[in-house]
Order: sequence, then C-alpha cells, then structure tokens
Amino acid sequence: MSKLSFLPAHVLSEKVRKGELSFSDITTEVIAQLEAKDKSINAYISRRLEAALEEAKSLDESLAKGEDLPSLAGIPLAVKDNICTRGFLTTCASKILYNFVPPYNATVVEKIKKEKMIIIGKTNMDEFAMGSSTENSYFGTTHNPWDYQRVPGGSSGGSTAAVAAGEAIMALGSDTGGSIRQPASFCSVTGLKPTYGRVSRYGLVAFASSLDQIGPIARDVQDAYLLLKIIGGYDPCDSTSLPLPLPEEQLTGKVKGKILGLPKEYLSEGIDPKVKEIVEKAIKVWEEMGCVIKEITLPHTKYSVATYYIVAPCEASSNLARYDGVQYGFRNPEYTITGQNPVIDMMEETRDQGFGSEVKRRIMLGTFTLSHGYFEAYYLKAQKVRTLIKEDFEKAFQSCDFIVTPVSPTPPFKIGEKVSDPLKMYLSDIFTIPVNLAGLPAISIPGGFTEQNLPVGVQIIGKPLDEYGILNLGFAFQEATDFHKRTPHGN
Amino acid sequence: MKSNILSEKDIEKVGKLSRLKLTPEEKELYLKQLSSILEFMEQLKELNTEEVLPTFYPLDLKSVWRKDCVTSSLSQEEALDNAPAKERGYFKVPRIIE
Repeated sequence: MSKLSFLPAHVLSEKVRKGELSFSDITTEVIAQLEAKDKSINAYISRRLEAALEEAKSLDESLAKGEDLPSLAGIPLAVKDNICTRGFLTTCASKILYNFVPPYNATVVEKIKKEKMIIIGKTNMDEFAMGSSTENSYFGTTHNPWDYQRVPGGSSGGSTAAVAAGEAIMALGSDTGGSIRQPASFCSVTGLKPTYGRVSRYGLVAFASSLDQIGPIARDVQDAYLLLKIIGGYDPCDSTSLPLPLPEEQLTGKVKGKILGLPKEYLSEGIDPKVKEIVEKAIKVWEEMGCVIKEITLPHTKYSVATYYIVAPCEASSNLARYDGVQYGFRNPEYTITGQNPVIDMMEETRDQGFGSEVKRRIMLGTFTLSHGYFEAYYLKAQKVRTLIKEDFEKAFQSCDFIVTPVSPTPPFKIGEKVSDPLKMYLSDIFTIPVNLAGLPAISIPGGFTEQNLPVGVQIIGKPLDEYGILNLGFAFQEATDFHKRTPHGN
Repeated sequence: MKSNILSEKDIEKVGKLSRLKLTPEEKELYLKQLSSILEFMEQLKELNTEEVLPTFYPLDLKSVWRKDCVTSSLSQEEALDNAPAKERGYFKVPRIIE
C-alpha cells in the first residue's frame, strides 16, 4: 500500500471527509518523510514544520465542529523560494537575499491561505530561477529522489523533488523557459505551465517578466487542475494577468478524434533514443484511444534557444538592478574605496559577492545585448524572431488540437555534468523554451522510465487558454498508465 | 586559436554597467563564456526579419486599467525592516560628500 505522503491530494481529501484519516495524519506523515529524506535530497531551503502541524490540528478541530472547509484544505504544500511569503524567509536561493523576509504575500500565497492549505516550507531552486539543474543554489544542490547522483532538473527542482519524495503533496513552481516542466519530467511528477497571464505574478520575484509564469506541481493531472483553479485568475496587482474566467469543466478523459501534432523538428537529431521511444509509446496510447496523429512543422524551433537567451537575460539584467545592498538583502560591509563614488564601490562589491556565477553571466549578457550599439542586433532581432516562433505555433494549431513533444532531450543527467559549460546547459531547454516565448500553456506528465529507472516526461502543448484541453489529454493518459503512481526506490 | 567576439575592454565596460566588481579570474572566464554564447547567437542573422514586427509580450492586452481605489500600503517601519543599514527612518548608504 502507498504511504499517505504518496497519495494525491484529491484522494487524501476524500479520505479525510470519510473519516478514514485526519489532517494531522497527513501532515505528520509528510514531515516524517521530510525528516527521513531531506538530508540526502535537500529539497527545502526553509521549513515551518511545527506551524504546519498546528494548522493541521486546528483544521481537524474545525472539521469535527462540522465547519465547511475548502476542497484542498489541510493539504501540505511546498512553495518555491522565489514566491514571497509574508514574515517568512524568501531567498531565491541567492546570497543577495539570504536574509530577506517579505513584508507581503504573493497573490498565489494569499489564495493558498484562503484555501487553508498548509505550507510546509520553501523549496530550493537555481538562483533567481536561472538554471536547468538546481545546481546554481547558494544553499547547495538538490538531489534527484530517483537517483541521488543526478540532478532533479531546474529551476523548480526543489519543488518537484519534494513532491516526488513524498515531502509534500503538491508544490508551486515558476516556469520561465521550462522551469516547471523539465524538473517535473526529471522527477516523474505532473507540472503545468499555464498560459501567460493565467496566474498572477504579483509577489513572484521577477526574472524575465514577459516569460515568467507560476504553476502547479502535483502527483497527477487532477491535482494540478485543482491547484490551478485555486491560484489562477485575474489580479488587479498584476496588470498582465488575464481578466478571463478559469476553466471549470470536469476532466472526462474523452479525447477521441482529437488531433495530436508531432513536430518533426522535435524528434530528430540530438535526442536520446530512449526519450524518443517513450514519447512514441505515449503517442501510441493516445492513438489507441482514437486520437489522430499528424506530423506538423515548427520550422523556427532551432532558433528558440538563441532567442530565449537574449530575451531572458535582457529582462533579467533590468529586473536584477534592484539588488544594490541598500533596501534589502546582503550588503558587503568591507568594500574597498577606489576613489570613485563610495556608494558605487559598495554596490559593485555587494553584487559581485551576492550573486552566483550563472546570475552574473546573465546580467552581463543582458547588459551587453541591451547596450548602445548592440540593441538592434541582439534584443530587437530576438524579439522579431520571437514573432516567427509564435507564428509557427499559430500555423500549426490551425491543423491540430495539441502538440506532443519530449520535455527534455535527455533523462536526468549527473550532478556536475554540465555546470562548466553554460551553453550545453542552455541547449537542454530546446523543447520547453518555445512555449514561453509564445506564452502558451503546456504540461509535463510522467511518460515512462529508462532501463536505469530514470524518469522521462512527455510534454503536451495547448492553444492559448486551453489548459483544460491539455489537462484532459494528460488525464486520459494517466487513466491508461501507472507511471505517475510509481515512487522512488525505498518508499 | 579562435578570437573572441568580446574584448577585455568590452568585459570591463559591461562589468561597470552591470555594477559588478569582477576579479581578474572572473574577467577571463566571462570573456570566454560570453563570447562563445554570443557566437551561438549569430545564427539569428540567418533569418530575414525586415518585415517582422517584434513581440515584446505574448498577450494582446491593451490599455489595462484598474479601479482607482485607496488601499493601505506598507508602513515606514515595514519598508525599512530589511534594510542592511538605516537611520531615523531612512535607508543609510556610505557617505558620498565629505
């Protein structure tokens, strides 16, 4: 029998309502799992275990009194450490924010609190969400629960590892170029990147504002859908949030006749044969359900990495200008006076010591490509190519309902394998990046395992606002398979 | 050996603009890494984009307004809570004027 901490939230909630379990049982079990595993995994940067247990007990009392509780009340949740939590450390896994305690909650955190979900702690990530392996953290690398020698993916690697290891039931992540979907694939959990604007970014520490989106990480598609409905919706505090209602339809798994587009560019060279095989098998599963498979083309795919690594660093260099050692966070008190303005001496040394090397690399890349004489050749050019990438999708969606692709070209790689070569790391984002550039919704679902028992995910990309469609296609897959129910060895 | 797209002078300048005081080792490392990344970006030149409009945002939202209503904001104390140095209700920075 599965341990409690490996059951999905919708099952747990039902069990509590039937009187088979208490909220305290769930939180106690998740905490026990965290205490047993997190020394090896390092999914969390900070924890609030006692407070979590208190909240669970109080919810048990409310339930005993017959109070009506929201559907995800009492579910233990992990929150990525770039989402502001009032009065509770929010570091972005950076030395420059090592002591930052936000004076306000992100909108998604307000919504979670209103739902009476229980925050277990804040999860590890690549510093400022810049990375694909969770190795760029001031607080150490997170280890993949399926193989401790390997990365959990990134940047939301702490959130996906926590869910995979039973150290949380659900989690929040953020996705700028694949940071929810790629770690979801590496850890065998379900991760959704909603349409740009579906979820408020208020209180999400900004990395690349035209690409960032918060989304749910869960054990299955049903849970991801439940969490999306809680965190999503219009927010007056985020002028880019969409003033549109969220989907409400029930998941049916009815997908007969749906047309799945397979971009020929995505299953060609540079992809691990096992990943290819798993994606092809997944497609067979949908074909047997009556889906129609169609080859499509997204001809500008190969330009998406270059485009993204201009656009995102440009926005980052501007967003990260605020870390100057004056208003919050780290300040280097022992700066050298060079004879220029001493405030600038302080800022330059604070930033050089406060940021890790990947963040500095991207700040400099963005600063350079935005600087006088280079703006048109790099930034403006990239934004034009972004239009071409977006149009590729618009054309493709005229002849198909969904696009199915790998999430990452490889299974989880070894810790240390790619850190010394940034470009090699960037290239591993090729299948997830185009989705952010175009602002589309996409989901990663567990698709299978390699011979070494390493997880491989499958990505479903949808038309703008069609979260329901991609979730329902994922639901059909999870009704027919059990990959999402498997747990790492030793559990 | 292949020449780098960036020169040492470029890295000095970018470091300054980025407000990063780079060590000599960092300058050397970033010179190499940023040059190879920028070289990779050169592929975008293959595409003719003369007639293409840029996409700065994926949404078509225009003229976004919200209700103009008075709400509470952070107190001075809360706003200063995280400051590395403060004095009499101000953020404190190193002395600029002698």
